[in-house]
Amino acid sequence: MMDLLNNAVLAGFIAASVRMAIPILLAAIGGMFSEKSGVLNIGLEGMMLLGCFVGFAAAYASGSLLVGVLAAIVAGALLGLVLGVFAVTIGSNQVVVGIAINLLMVGVTGFFFRLFFGSGTSSPRITNFQPIDFGVLGQIPIIGPLLFQHDPLTYLALLIVVLAWVVMHRSTVGLAISAAGEHPEAAETLGLNVPRIRYLCLLAGGALAGLGGAFLSLSATGLFIDNMTSGRGYIALAMLILGRRYPFGILAAALLFGAADALQLRTQLLPWNIPLQFLLMLPYVLTIVVLAIAAGRTGAPAALGAPFRRHKSDGA
Amino acid sequence: MIETVRRTLVARNLLSGILAVLLALLAGALLILALGRDPVAAYGALFSASLGSTNGLAETAIRTVPLALCGIGIALAFRAGVFNVGAEGQLFIGGISAAYVGTLLDGQPQLLALSLMAVAAAIGGALWSGIAAVLKLRFRSDELITTIMLNYIGIFFVGYLLHGPLHDPGSALAQTVRLGAEARLPVLVPGTRLHFGIVIAVAAAFIAQLYLWRTVAGFRLRATGQNPRAAENAGINVRRVIVVGFLTCGALAGLAGFTEVAGVQRRMIENLSPGYGYTAIIVALLGQTNPIGVLFAAALFAALQVGSTTMESAVGVPSSLTMIIQALVVLFLLAQNVMPRFRRKKTGATA
Repeated sequence: MMDLLNNAVLAGFIAASVRMAIPILLAAIGGMFSEKSGVLNIGLEGMMLLGCFVGFAAAYASGSLLVGVLAAIVAGALLGLVLGVFAVTIGSNQVVVGIAINLLMVGVTGFFFRLFFGSGTSSPRITNFQPIDFGVLGQIPIIGPLLFQHDPLTYLALLIVVLAWVVMHRSTVGLAISAAGEHPEAAETLGLNVPRIRYLCLLAGGALAGLGGAFLSLSATGLFIDNMTSGRGYIALAMLILGRRYPFGILAAALLFGAADALQLRTQLLPWNIPLQFLLMLPYVLTIVVLAIAAGRTGAPAALGAPFRRHKSDGA
Repeated sequence: MIETVRRTLVARNLLSGILAVLLALLAGALLILALGRDPVAAYGALFSASLGSTNGLAETAIRTVPLALCGIGIALAFRAGVFNVGAEGQLFIGGISAAYVGTLLDGQPQLLALSLMAVAAAIGGALWSGIAAVLKLRFRSDELITTIMLNYIGIFFVGYLLHGPLHDPGSALAQTVRLGAEARLPVLVPGTRLHFGIVIAVAAAFIAQLYLWRTVAGFRLRATGQNPRAAENAGINVRRVIVVGFLTCGALAGLAGFTEVAGVQRRMIENLSPGYGYTAIIVALLGQTNPIGVLFAAALFAALQVGSTTMESAVGVPSSLTMIIQALVVLFLLAQNVMPRFRRKKTGATA
């Protein structure tokens, strides 16, 4: 009996770890594409928040979760485009643009949420994605909760990790992206269009961050709350550094984070008398610790953060 | 990972700032139109509420205080090449420090009580910011991520204190006990809530301006932000300047926590700030990281915020519109930097 209980607790914990990891994972993979091409994507937080809201609103209006997911992806991509206009075309300070985008999205999502749903106390809900039933497979200890107790979005996210690896490390596209991030001038001499590569990477990054945000509202909860992403976009930036901008490294980092988040959620239910606030802090503390450990040789692309001008401008 | 702020943060003249604000207001008006409401009525309600009466002006001045203090701190950090996005958490830590000291000094003379509270708040904020400084210099952790994480951690920590050790036993809410009369900032204009904090904010702006442009230390700060390597070669202790940038920002944001506690709330509460520390980033940019400019930018944003609730009730436009306008200001500031590329440069202008 005791064994059974422990197994149930462990299974729940493993499943929750994966659930908590997915939004961070998607945003971090999105950030990886941006950074590999040489653009810092501080706007991940805003892109997630927009995806979170648009996904919810579209699913609510259409009654279809799929419509919600697609809308979130498009919204995130559009925001990636906005970041591109500033970071690639204008050559603005990428950190400032990113922060502006994040603050803008807090305003935009709050504004339209009030507009569509009023500011009453009852929060609108949708039926969220449900886990796929794999029958007996889900009952396998450890492997079951790890792999066979999740909803479609989770599997999509895991598929995206594999695809990202193929694109970055097994295709010429990946070489072009790396070239744009490491040495844009050389990439241009090879005939690559660096601004176009960066725009495409920002579109992909925005789309993935939007999808990550949509996971929060469409899968994890079934509702939207103001500022729902609460720093996850920035956490994703840290996990992307920890994962060395490598898809499977990012997957491992995101799972580690998810485990910490699941741990604090589970601990809330135990009669241990740890003040709730200390548990809530845990993911953020972990991020700081992770960043300190992962510092040093982070393997950042050489041209990360530097705007690139195609034609020699006068005395730049 | 993140380059210093050497790259031009924002356009560099007053005109571009005004233009950015006007464009952002115009974009807001278009949004109001799209909702089928009247932008003139909406903005009319907004600005008459915040600027059209003594009380409105007083409320605007009250909100100017935390925005200006945090904005000046962030601007100084920017100047040192430090991207401190942690003013919000530093404000909360400052607020709880002030409230704690204020309750300890129950019954002491007003000047003594308020001075010690202010010092405690500044130290609290500086320490909180100092964590990010240590992480940056010791572990090379990017301050952008660490300061944001510290915001969450700081606010949760304050939440813990308010629910636990510092909770007012006589209240159902998570807050400290009410401060005694001697631990409150005096009201300047009878009949309004305008408190002495505005004097502190204006003084801070002028002192910071003098510091930045009229002292050797201020020169070192600017030199470091513009080109750390050159500054290092010129014999400036860059690491120390970076620490100063962090601590100054933290102290000023902590001070903003003090003015909110001692001037407005009269106790520490869980929702001390509606994101002043984040809005102050935009305020610092709009003020072009010049303390006096930041003061004016803070006043403008304060007016927008004070009038936004009236706009919501009068015209039915959600008050979040002001947040949209505020963030758009930055984007319009940045967008103007595209202009010089289409013009022939006459002089070799330097960044």
